Parts: sequence; structure tokens; C-alpha cells
Amino acid sequence: MSTLSYAVADSATMLRRNLRHMLRYPSMTLMLVGMPIVFLLLFVYVFGGTLGAGLGRPSGGRTEYVEYVTPGILLMTVAAAVQGTAISVAMDMTEGIIARFRTMAIFRPSVLTGHVVGSMIQTMLSMAVVIGVALLIGFRPSAGPVEWAAATGVLALITLALTWLTVALGLVTKSVETASNLPMPLVFLPFLGSGFVPTGSMPVGLRWFAEYQPFTPVIETLRGLLLGTPIGNSAVIAIAWCAGIALVGYLWAKKLYNRDPVR
Amino acid sequence: MTTTPSQPAIRASELRKSFGDHVVLDGIDLDVPEGTIFSLLGPNGAGKTTTVQILSTLIGADSGQVRVAAHDVARDPDPVRAAIGVTGQFSAVDNLLTGEENLILMADLRHLGRREGRRRAAELLDQFDLVEAARKPAATYSGGMRRRLDLAMGLVGDPRIVFLDEPTAGLDPRSRRTMWQIIRDLVAGGVTIFLTTQYLEEADELADRIALLDHGKLVAEGTANQLKRRIPGGHISLQFADTDGLEAAARTLGEALRDDDALSLQVPSDGSVKSLRALLDQLDDASIGVAGLSIHTPDLDDVFLALTGQPDKEKEPAR
Repeated sequence: MSTLSYAVADSATMLRRNLRHMLRYPSMTLMLVGMPIVFLLLFVYVFGGTLGAGLGRPSGGRTEYVEYVTPGILLMTVAAAVQGTAISVAMDMTEGIIARFRTMAIFRPSVLTGHVVGSMIQTMLSMAVVIGVALLIGFRPSAGPVEWAAATGVLALITLALTWLTVALGLVTKSVETASNLPMPLVFLPFLGSGFVPTGSMPVGLRWFAEYQPFTPVIETLRGLLLGTPIGNSAVIAIAWCAGIALVGYLWAKKLYNRDPVR
Repeated sequence: MTTTPSQPAIRASELRKSFGDHVVLDGIDLDVPEGTIFSLLGPNGAGKTTTVQILSTLIGADSGQVRVAAHDVARDPDPVRAAIGVTGQFSAVDNLLTGEENLILMADLRHLGRREGRRRAAELLDQFDLVEAARKPAATYSGGMRRRLDLAMGLVGDPRIVFLDEPTAGLDPRSRRTMWQIIRDLVAGGVTIFLTTQYLEEADELADRIALLDHGKLVAEGTANQLKRRIPGGHISLQFADTDGLEAAARTLGEALRDDDALSLQVPSDGSVKSLRALLDQLDDASIGVAGLSIHTPDLDDVFLALTGQPDKEKEPAR
């Protein structure tokens, strides 16, 4: 076998290991997919009537708000799921088995790619569940197959970016507790962007942050693809942010993993 | 690039490693021939685990040359990794996977192929008496079972060199015996073993050669017997039936430690057959009857104390 096929084979082996972990330890997966669903229901049924009316569109109200908030909730799903990535990477690093992997002639990054691909599968499944719930409570996207495919691509891209970032966060922390807290701000980013209310309604300083933070262009792109709102240059900015975060996360994670383990 | 046909399995020279300003290894040299058991003996914190970590490519050395299985560990780690198996002090098993899945994971990473991997896993489960627990998660295993699974995982790819870092620490006596037998069987199959331990008995029992590590330096190296002979303290104890015999013997032998109450004499000796025969001849010539005789050779505990200058006080209570 060539180096490339070893790389693929080892990564696949590690992926199988991570998927088994998810099956053996399903409570974390359930908690991580449960949180965005709770927020979706909370925002649609508790705040939705009022917030929807404030969107200033003719139909208004709760029905309008389901459409508005679902893309933001999808990003929250990603942010919550990658928190699980940080936890499972940090947990893994406390186990002796990682030291064993390091003394074996395997494709070295496969431990990390196993986590990344495993987390991506987990996150995409979580998002499918969240979209299912959104459809049940009245989310009616206008997207055709092409738009759905593009939206899936955008979601996969932001998932990839945040997964690599949180793999690095999981590696940089000394304890599992810290690893679970460190990516927490990601969950709040949809609030401080266009996820729940239009950025135009925010005070100046906050609005500036909301408009320039990475989640907003991603949310706007999703909204455009799923609901037909104008996308403008959001798609380009979103892709640039994703590529940048993915690259930084990947290089950082690689560097952290390749340093000598501390005893 | 050597001309000798038989390479040593492990060779290290001038190996140094510090963590911050704490010097862990202060220039050690190792030479382990193929197919032998080499034991690195030392108290906690002597640098045993660090040595294993460097030799097994887990961490880098600050300086020094290390060749394992004829490859430089720093420049060419992958062929080294392909030739070794490592069992650490702390179990390196995946707790969420079953014993069988752990072994198959190793087989997959060694690229044995699906069928061969399963065959090898089944073989090792049988060999290490884990068949009944094969389908249970490793998290539910007892200490001895985890250690056996850990070692089995290190053996999946049939490594030629096996590193065992305190393989019996914390095991009950029966599990220790089982582990020792496993180690002997491995060597019988031509495997080279690098064993660290803080149990003198274990090194004495298993190792062809023993090196004593203390504060990052090798303070002695040799076979168990060579090490024992290096320190004084051996003697022959003679027991007599009455005071007359004791008197006569004390006069004849001269230099001896006399105990009138116990009617015994302690004669300094290295415990060899030759010196024993000479002593008995001397007593025969003087027609002195001896009621009892025992030989006290220094054990490795004495060696340890004499050479490290400190009692092995940090011995784990878990033993």
C-alpha cells in the first residue's frame, strides 16, 4: 500500500473508533442535539410572537419568526456539537491509548482526522434532526434541490472549520472541564449576530461586531439559499471565514498534537 | 551502516533529557542484545519511564544517540515503531471498546487485513485468558485483565522488541506470576524485552542483565549475580553444638563475628563453592564438628541500598 492509502486506511480506522465511542456514549450526543431544539422551541413559542412582529414584514408573528430563526438555530447546532468535539478530544488525550498510537507506525494525523470526520457526521445528523423539528413547527423553506445542496455545503464548511478549531481547543486544554467550557462562546455567537434578530435593531458598537463576526455572513447565506432573501457578498465572506478558521484550526491542532506529550 | 551481522536490539549512548531545569536522564548508555531480557531497575522518579518513552519514540531526547531495531529513533521513527510493542505503566487501552475491539483496532492500525486481524485477535484473547471477557468493555476489566489486554495489544503486530514499563506494578501475586510466565514465553520466541521495574525480585527472576538507574544515572550494570558480588555483606553462618566447638572454631578461623549466646560464628565470604570448600576443609583439619551452616549472599536489596545510598522507601504500597 502507498502512503496515501495508509493515510486513508488509518483515518478510516480512527473514524470507526470515534463512531463506536459515540454509540457507546450516546448521552452526550443527545444533550448536544437537544440544546438547539430547546432553543428553537423556546424562541418560536415563547418569544416568537413578539419577535416576529418586530421583523416588520407584512405577515409577521410566529410563522414569520420560524423562518427567520431556523438558520441561526442551525449555526447554534454546529456550535453545540463542536463543544462535544472539544470534550471528546480532551478526554481522549487523557487516555493512555493516545500514547500507544504515538508509538505505532501509523499515519500520525489520523487520530485527529478521525475526530474531525466523526464530529462532522455527528453534527450533520444533529442538523438533520433540528431541520426536521423546524419543518414540523412550520418552517417552510422555498429552496429547491440546488439550493438545498448549496446550503448543505455551507453548513458542512462551517462545521469543518469549527471542528478543526475545537479539536485544537480540546488539545490545548489540560482538563476535560476546561475543554467543555472553552468553546462555549461559540454557542452565543448566533445571538450576537443576525441569528435571532436583525443586526439593524442593535446599538452601534454591538451592531458593528454583529455585522463583522463570522456567523452573520454564514447565517445570511443560509437564509438566502433556504428562503430566497438577498445574499449579496455574504456567501464569499462566509466561505473566506470558513476557510480561514479551518486552516488556523488545522495548523494549530497539528502543531499541538505533534509536540511531545507532557507527563 | 554497520558491518556486524548481529545488531543490538537497543543501543543508546549519552542519553540526556530534562524537563525544564529538572534533569531526568543525565547521560545514560544502554546496550541490549537481541533475544534477551534487559531490566532497568530504580526507585520512583529515577527516570525509568522517561527512558522507555524516548526508546519507544514517544518523546525526544535532548541529546544522545538512540538506535532501536537498527534505526535511529529521532531521524527514522517509523521503522522503529513498526518493530516495537509498548506496554505502559498506565493501561493504554480504549475503555469504551471491548477487549476484542481493542485488539482488532490494533490489527487494523498494523494493516494486518480483516481476516488476519480477527485471527490474531482471537489467538491473543485465548493466549491471555481473555476469551470470556472479549465482548465486554475494557472499562469493566480488573487490574490484571487490563494489564493482560494492554500487553496483548502491544503484541498484535508480532513486534521483535517489547517495552514493558512496570508491567506488574499494582498486580496481585498471582497475576504477577502469570505476567512473568508470559514474558518468559515471549523471550523463548526470540523477542527482546526491555523491562522497567522497581521490584528487585522481578529483575532477579527475569532479567539477563540488570541496570540500576538512580537520579538519571546508571549506577551499576551486570547480571544479578555480578551485581550481588559487587557489594560486601556476604557471609557463612556456622552453628555449633556447644561452647567448646565455638571456641575451637573461633581460634582456627580467626577473623569472624562471634555470638556466644547463639553459639554461632559469622565468617565473611563471597558465598562461592570454592570459599565454602576451603572453610569446611579448615574445620575438618581441626576436627571441629559443625551443627549447622547457612550461606548469606547479598540480595539485590542490599545491592540497591549500597549503590543508590538510599533505601527503596518509595516502594508502592499497592504491591
